[in-house]
Amino acid sequence: MSNAATTPVIEATGLWKYFGTRAAVAGITLTVAPGECFGLLGPNGAGKTTTIKMITCLATPSDGELRVFGLPVVASNHRALKARIGIVQQEESLDPDLSVEQNLTVYASYFGISPREAARAAEALIAFAQIGERRRDRIRSLSGGMKRRLMLARALINQPELIVLDEPTTGLDPQARRLVWERIRSLKRRGITILLTTHYMEEAAQLCDRLVIMDGGRIIAEGRPSDLIEVHVGAEVIEVYLSEAQGADKALLDRLTNSAWQAERVGQVLYLYIRDGHTEAAALALLADLEFTHRRATLEDVFLRLTGHALRD
Amino acid sequence: MLPTIGALRVWRRDFESWKRYAPAFFVVALGEPLFYLLAIGYGLGHFVSDIGGHPYAVFLAPGIIASAAMNSASFETTFSSFTRMTEQNTYEAILATPCSVADIVAGDILWAATKSLLSVVFVLLVTALFGLLPSPLAIALVPVGFLVGIMFGSLGMVVTGRAPSYDFFSYYFTLVISLMFLFSGVFFPIEILPSWARIVAWVLPLTHAVHICRAFAGGAPGLDLLGSFAWMMLVTVVAFVFAERLVRRRLVL
Repeated sequence: MSNAATTPVIEATGLWKYFGTRAAVAGITLTVAPGECFGLLGPNGAGKTTTIKMITCLATPSDGELRVFGLPVVASNHRALKARIGIVQQEESLDPDLSVEQNLTVYASYFGISPREAARAAEALIAFAQIGERRRDRIRSLSGGMKRRLMLARALINQPELIVLDEPTTGLDPQARRLVWERIRSLKRRGITILLTTHYMEEAAQLCDRLVIMDGGRIIAEGRPSDLIEVHVGAEVIEVYLSEAQGADKALLDRLTNSAWQAERVGQVLYLYIRDGHTEAAALALLADLEFTHRRATLEDVFLRLTGHALRD
Repeated sequence: MLPTIGALRVWRRDFESWKRYAPAFFVVALGEPLFYLLAIGYGLGHFVSDIGGHPYAVFLAPGIIASAAMNSASFETTFSSFTRMTEQNTYEAILATPCSVADIVAGDILWAATKSLLSVVFVLLVTALFGLLPSPLAIALVPVGFLVGIMFGSLGMVVTGRAPSYDFFSYYFTLVISLMFLFSGVFFPIEILPSWARIVAWVLPLTHAVHICRAFAGGAPGLDLLGSFAWMMLVTVVAFVFAERLVRRRLVL
């Protein structure tokens, strides 16, 4: 028997998913350890949601091996697996004709939780979601942030060991987003394993211990956010906004490019990636007459470098 | 895949969500059958000779009751279930729990049958008040209404499993439900049809529902009803298997 504390919560090996002849997920391999907050990042169509659907028993893998809690994800295990997972889907799916409280208690019933136990759990989760004064209201009257917090609370009704969040803060204002982040962090402190997809690099950098960047169904980078930044884009970024003339000045471009650790041109913007202290002074000296911004490198730089700047939809 | 206890939990969800709309439901469930009884049963019936020794309204009443069960269940598992499957994402949310697609489909069908049962109870009370039910055996129409609901709930679910949009249901209601309403022996005995049409009529599931309802309402259920029950059962099982498969294909990638 494997040890529960060391068995990976999610273990995917060479996992594929085809829709017709198109591979939405093309042979990914990843491991999520207990208590970890793991991120799936990638542009639209990268295969994040399909991956999540396979892990949560809502899509059947076409090939490869997938284990959750050490159990193979096959039809005969779906019921047992789903009892231990909490899911916050991308689309809002609260019951519009039920109250906040009923949304939790009715959902609890799907897990076979007794009405008494459900009422107690709902009470605690209403406090967790900070939605106490709206408990008797119908869903239609809630704000987007409240709905998302309630979705998160609902996903916790079965005390899951793994919680899966598919773009948990898309469409929320900054205040609402921060409140959701804070709630996710509190789950992390409780030791719950978290798998999350997001478009927001800041969100991934703040929450994830480790993440993968997916593109075209494949994993193109994997690691801790800080390591990924260091490896792929260094420590600092200078964005130079070139005029038409400067953009055509080959000598200038060469000098700028050579002053940096790495450089990338996207339209009329030149990105200079600078490693810790190295060439920064040289680069800055060249920039005297140019329009530019100088900032710390972020996960977004990694993301854009690896997946390209082209629009995806 | 077979449904489990999860189906009852889905049923309860539907019931809790419906509660606030109950008054509207009873107005509709009672209104339409009543109008048919008055307009056709008494209005048109005035010009129609007795059938089997009873006034036309007595002949019509069990057919209207069977149709009421058909309509309640059909609306529930088409428009309402489709809304839950698409706009509200209810099915997706439930599927994240230990409930299976079979549980969801069976739960919605059970709920549809419950609504059939409720409409049958109401229409039955009214027809009894009008004195249109010669036999106390008519009480059997309550459980029969539930079975009719399960059957049409399952058939509606098949349509929902295939429906690309709400418009699709217009075809079903116009071409299938209306056809059955008019040619399943609700308004006239199918024995008067030419023999080929009679054979077609006996294939229609509503014909058997009407046949059973009329036999109990008249107080003379015979052994021939077993054939009708068997046919309804077969239609139900086949429809359920298809419905579960179609809905699963939509929900599980």
